[in-house]
Amino acid sequence: MYVYLYIPLLILIVFSFNGGRMATIWEGFSLRWYAEVMQSDQFRAATVNSLVVASCAAFLATTLATLAALGFRGRPIRGQGMMVPFLSFPLVIPEIVTAVATLIFFISIGVPLGMVGLIAAHTVFCIPFAFITIKARMDVMDDTLEQAANDLYADPRRTFFSVTLPLLWPAILAGFILAFIVSLDDFVISLFLAGPSSTTLPIYMFGMMRLGVTPAVNAVSTILLVMSVLFVLIAAWINRMQRK
Amino acid sequence: MGFLEVEAVSHQYAGTDAQVLNEVSLTIQENEFFTLLGPSGCGKTTMLRILAGFEVPSRGRVTLDGQDILRIPPWRRPVNTVFQSYALFPHLTILRNVTFGLKMRGVAKADRHGAARRALDLVRLDGFADRMPSDLSGGQQQRVALARALACQPRLLLLDEPLSALDYKLRKEMQGELKRIQRETGTSFVFVTHDQEEALAMSDRIAVMRQGTLEQVGNPSDIYDRPSSDFVAEFIGDSNLLNAAPDSQGRLCLPGGRALGIRGDAPARVMIRPEALRIAPDGNLSGQVTDLVYSGAATRFLVALDGGEETVQIQQTSTEAAGISMGDKVCLAYDPQQLWVVAP
Amino acid sequence: MSTAASVAGRRRAGLAAPAILCIAFFMGGPMCIMVFVSLVERAPDGGVIWGNFTTDAYKQFLFEENLLGETTLNADYLRIYLRSALLAGFTVLATLIVGFPTAMYIAMQHPRRRALLIFFLSLPFWVNLLVRNYAWLLLLRANGLLDQAAMALRLTSEPLNILYSNTAIAIGLTYSFLPLMVLPIYAAMEKFDFSLVEAAFDLGASRWQALMHVIVPGVKGGIVAGCLLVFIPGLGSYVTPVLLGGSKSLMIGNLIETQFAAARNWPFGAALAFVLLMMVMAAALLRAALLRKSRRAKSSNP
Repeated sequence: MYVYLYIPLLILIVFSFNGGRMATIWEGFSLRWYAEVMQSDQFRAATVNSLVVASCAAFLATTLATLAALGFRGRPIRGQGMMVPFLSFPLVIPEIVTAVATLIFFISIGVPLGMVGLIAAHTVFCIPFAFITIKARMDVMDDTLEQAANDLYADPRRTFFSVTLPLLWPAILAGFILAFIVSLDDFVISLFLAGPSSTTLPIYMFGMMRLGVTPAVNAVSTILLVMSVLFVLIAAWINRMQRK
Repeated sequence: MGFLEVEAVSHQYAGTDAQVLNEVSLTIQENEFFTLLGPSGCGKTTMLRILAGFEVPSRGRVTLDGQDILRIPPWRRPVNTVFQSYALFPHLTILRNVTFGLKMRGVAKADRHGAARRALDLVRLDGFADRMPSDLSGGQQQRVALARALACQPRLLLLDEPLSALDYKLRKEMQGELKRIQRETGTSFVFVTHDQEEALAMSDRIAVMRQGTLEQVGNPSDIYDRPSSDFVAEFIGDSNLLNAAPDSQGRLCLPGGRALGIRGDAPARVMIRPEALRIAPDGNLSGQVTDLVYSGAATRFLVALDGGEETVQIQQTSTEAAGISMGDKVCLAYDPQQLWVVAP
Repeated sequence: MSTAASVAGRRRAGLAAPAILCIAFFMGGPMCIMVFVSLVERAPDGGVIWGNFTTDAYKQFLFEENLLGETTLNADYLRIYLRSALLAGFTVLATLIVGFPTAMYIAMQHPRRRALLIFFLSLPFWVNLLVRNYAWLLLLRANGLLDQAAMALRLTSEPLNILYSNTAIAIGLTYSFLPLMVLPIYAAMEKFDFSLVEAAFDLGASRWQALMHVIVPGVKGGIVAGCLLVFIPGLGSYVTPVLLGGSKSLMIGNLIETQFAAARNWPFGAALAFVLLMMVMAAALLRAALLRKSRRAKSSNP
């Protein structure tokens, strides 16, 4: 099972270091394709776009998700039973449907295709990831800790800043990182909404793949793969820390 | 007028019909160890939460030193709580946990640390100041929770089943400790528990609660020897409750006709504790042993009394019990002064 | 008291409002406009003529006009939807066959090892979908690595030609969505009391009987959730058919994309997307109905 999951990815990584021109015929170790990719202006622009979109969308999504999770703390408020699943709504809609619907929506209300629209759309589908992470932490958080702070002369504001927020902080950070990866990985929605000036890394990579299977594509893919794995490892590490 | 006055407090949670507390009135004195005792769901924890300020009762008044405290939010009440789960802040060291309340009240750092050291000394945890709560055992965490509440020098300390998570030996030890700390600090303690043994061992006075109402308030021997109802008699320790009725001469008799040795003028429920009965050849009551349970120092018997349906439990030291076995005919003796007529 | 509670309730609802409104606006708005666009006339320049209502887009889905101007049934689009549903269904089946034993194996490990296994199971899932499918492109293409390996082992003398076929899509989808099947089944199994299996053995059940009568009913919720989680993105997938399916094996996602990119027929594209959305909703409703049924069955026999 695990062999099946990892072999294709490992092969991809190995062949990104291939010195030859062919993507799948090994001709010795080389970093030349990485060097070539890194020198491409398009690659750099796409990387910057991706990072900007992911940072903004993750920040907005995490902020909104944190506020929402705080709103659902304690005794259920009216309508909570419907609001909580509603926040996961973007997850159950097929991406392609979201993509075309948002495209039509943006064009009909006059949002130009580009970074702003892209960030808005990414924020929406990042909210569930951040929300689920933060809410899970909040659900296991002992609310007598906040009562204890109240009991020890901390008013609600100081309780929030000295107890609630420090305890929630790791989950907020983990939620941010997950939202960041999800945004970084998104392809279908970005494909429809990105204008020519806001090409993201996956779109750039898709363009390369369409032109042909080359070792340079292997290199770009590997870069994207390593970025995702790195961020997941950081999120997992934070999760471990908070459980201690 | 008492130090803490609870006057006709009733409470029901928003959106529910269930009356959690029903017209409860209590007076607690300064420097008193006061226990709220009852089975789960009797309203004792709700009462504690009202005193702490986490709940506002639907009706009634609570005054501390003559001042109405119901309008004071928890973060301004001179009352501190030891939580059942301890509720230590996991992200703060022991020292910062213990100084938390003083810091929030704006006490200077040096004074805070002095007070924290004294509080940690009091609970015998000096030297633990820089550890994290997760490094401590359950018993130690319990002491930290106590130190944290005491460091604020509250007028009233509330303890919500603080010993329930500890194992038997540690619980016994902490009972003594809590009593010592209460005496040394001179603080009033309101202690909530469902463990009657614990309540009897520690309290100056006990309030027995049932379904949101007070059943009886009194010192431990009042509660144990002179329960005011069947419920109290059965909840506190083991008891035999016998139906008795007066005969023509005003003597209370069992249905079988045997006189108990006390007088009365109406049918009554008469309580006698198992340890007040002993097996003796000249006993007033007679019956047959139907069950026998050996538990180390003591042995318990069930004896079906002759001439009636009543079965009583008796407890004997195991040496006294030697040689008695199932089915034996025995006679039971007691001192009539140990009988108690439970209010009808 | 009650007013204080409702003020606090309103303040907390206020905290949740921005997220709710954001999703309502950026998901609800697009969905409504999409339905609207699917019901109006297409403009010659590629846009739409607002206000000219027509069901042409839905007619186009089922019928076509032949040269004589007669309307005849056109099964081309239906065939693509059917193929997509079959591929998604096959993916569900394949991930279930591989995923169920995997979930069971993980659930029976020591808790520490479990967490590690689950982590490494979900790790590839966070890797970009394009990258994961591209890796299979390297393996499957003519004279690619799979062909090279097969020829080296003398299993075949010529390229297998798997790429650009339904088989390639099925392989890609199964690989992409396997974790989505394993995780919910594992979550259900983690709560499952395995001593029940021992009890079943003790009562004389065979391994197969214990599996079918004790374990499967116990984790049914997880299996249903996993099937749905695999089916939805499988049905609407775009990346896998583009990379591994080529031009011959279209799926719904590619068909929709074409209406917006090449054909510039928005109403038809919106109608296609709406039909897809309805299929997904139907699957979700089916799951809800199944859950309700099993819950009722549980409550009726105490």
